[in-house]
Amino acid sequence: MSIVTNGLTFYYGKKAAVNGLDLNITSGFNVLLGPNGAGKSTLFSMLTGLYQAASGHIKINGYDYKHDKSNIMQSMGVVFQQSTLDLDLSVKQNLTYYAALHGISSSQALDNISDILAQLQLTQRLDDKVRSLNGGHRRRVEIARALIHQPKVLLLDEATVGLDIDSRKMITEYVGSLSQKLGICVLWATHLIDEISADDQLIIIDEGKIQAQGISGELCNKHNVADVYQLYRSLTANAELT
Amino acid sequence: MNNRYLYCFNGIVKREVLRFFQQRSRLLSALVRPLLWLVVFAAGFRAALGVSIMEPYGTYITYQQYITPGLCCMIILFNGMQSSLSMVYDREMGSMKVLLMSPLPRPFLLCCKLIASALLSLLQVVIFLLFAQLVDVDIPLMGYASSIPAIFLIAFFLGALGLMLSNLIKQLENFAGVMNFVIFPMFFLSSALYPLWKMQEASLWLYWLCQYNPFTSCVELLRFALYGQMNLAALTTVIVATSIASFFALMSFKPLHGRK
Repeated sequence: MSIVTNGLTFYYGKKAAVNGLDLNITSGFNVLLGPNGAGKSTLFSMLTGLYQAASGHIKINGYDYKHDKSNIMQSMGVVFQQSTLDLDLSVKQNLTYYAALHGISSSQALDNISDILAQLQLTQRLDDKVRSLNGGHRRRVEIARALIHQPKVLLLDEATVGLDIDSRKMITEYVGSLSQKLGICVLWATHLIDEISADDQLIIIDEGKIQAQGISGELCNKHNVADVYQLYRSLTANAELT
Repeated sequence: MNNRYLYCFNGIVKREVLRFFQQRSRLLSALVRPLLWLVVFAAGFRAALGVSIMEPYGTYITYQQYITPGLCCMIILFNGMQSSLSMVYDREMGSMKVLLMSPLPRPFLLCCKLIASALLSLLQVVIFLLFAQLVDVDIPLMGYASSIPAIFLIAFFLGALGLMLSNLIKQLENFAGVMNFVIFPMFFLSSALYPLWKMQEASLWLYWLCQYNPFTSCVELLRFALYGQMNLAALTTVIVATSIASFFALMSFKPLHGRK
C-alpha cells in the first residue's frame, strides 16, 4: 500500500500549484498539512486522475496511471473537500450508486460495509434523504461510501472542515483506527493543526512542494521546536492555521 | 456483458430514473410544453398552414398530425439539454467526480448516461403520444413499435450533443444561452412546424439552413417511423451526426491538463 510521486508538476495558467513534488508514503495514517493554496487539493485531483500533471509520475500500489488507471481506481477511496453526495437521494441510494460505479451489486456493497455503517451510526439513517442529514452525518456517509469497494488507499481532503468538535473527533479517530485495523494507506489532507498527533506521519506542503516529511514528534525534535505549529511556522512563509 | 459493467449500467440508469421521478415538475413541463403546441398553437395555425399530401402520409392530414413528430423531437431535444444541464449541475456540485472515479472506462460511463437519458426521452414521448390521441392524432399501433428505435437513436444524438455542450458551459448560469443559441434555432430551423417546401417559398437560404440542420433529419426519421416506414437519408444523417456528437462529447471529458 503506497503512494509515490516523482517530480509532479501542475500549472494553473503560469502559476505552478504543484511544483516538482516528490512524495513517498506507505500504509498507516499520513497527514498532509498545508495552508490554503498550498497545492493539497490539486495534488488530490492528480492522485485521483481528475487532473493530468504537466510533468512527473504517480504510482499507487505500484500501479502507473498511464497503464493501470482502472486498477488504481479500484484500489482507491476518496472523500473530497466539498460534499459530492446526491442530496435528493437516500443514504442507501447514494451508497449503492457508488458501488454500482465500481461494478459491485447493491447487496454486496451493503454487506461489505455493514460493520462500518454500524460503527458510524448510519444503519438507522439508511433510508433517509441526504438532504435531511447534518454536516457530520453527511461526512460519515462519504467515508462509508469511500470504503465500499474495500480500497487499499484512502484519500481524505479536508474531510472535517466545517464540522463541530465532536464530529471532527469522531471522524479523525475513526479513520485513524481504520488505517491500523485494515492496514490501508490513509492520506489525510488538512490545515487544522489539532488533528495531528505526535506519532502521525506528517508531510508539510507549501507552495506546491514538500517542506518536510517524517514522524510528527521526530520532526519537531529535529527542527528543535516545541510543537507542530512552530514546526509549521518555521517551514512555511505564510501559514494560515487554526 | 461482464457483471461489473452490468451493475454499473443498472446503477447509472437507476439514478437517472430516480432523479427524474423526484423532479415531478420536470415530467409535467416536459409534457405541458408540447401539448400546448399541439392543442393551442395547432388550433390557431391549422387554417393558415394547410398541409398538402406528402410522404409518408397517404392522404391529407391535419396540422396536429403534421407537427406531432416535430413535437416528439422537441421533447427529446429538451430532455437532452436537461440532461446536459444536470451534468453542469453535477460538475458544480462535485458529483461528477464520483462518476469519473469509477474504475470502468469513461466512454462506457458516458454511454450509460446517454442511454439512461434516452430511456427517459422514450418514456416521455410515449406518454405524449398517448395524450396526442385525444386530439385526433392518429398513429397506427405498429407505429409505436417501429418508432422506438428511431426515438432512441434521436435521443442518443441529442443527449450526446447536450453532453458536448455541458463541457463547453463552465457555469450553470450560462445554460440560458443554450436555449437561445441551440434549442430555439435547432427547433425553428427544421421541418418540425412547417414542411420545408413552405420555407423554400419564403426564403431559399433559410430553406438550406433547415435542410442541413440535423434536427430536420431527426424529425423526418421519426415522421416516417411513426407510420412504419424508413427514411434512409434521414437515418444516415442522424447516424453520422450521432457519431460526430458522441466523439466530441467523449473527447471533451478528458482530465484537466496542468500545462503552462
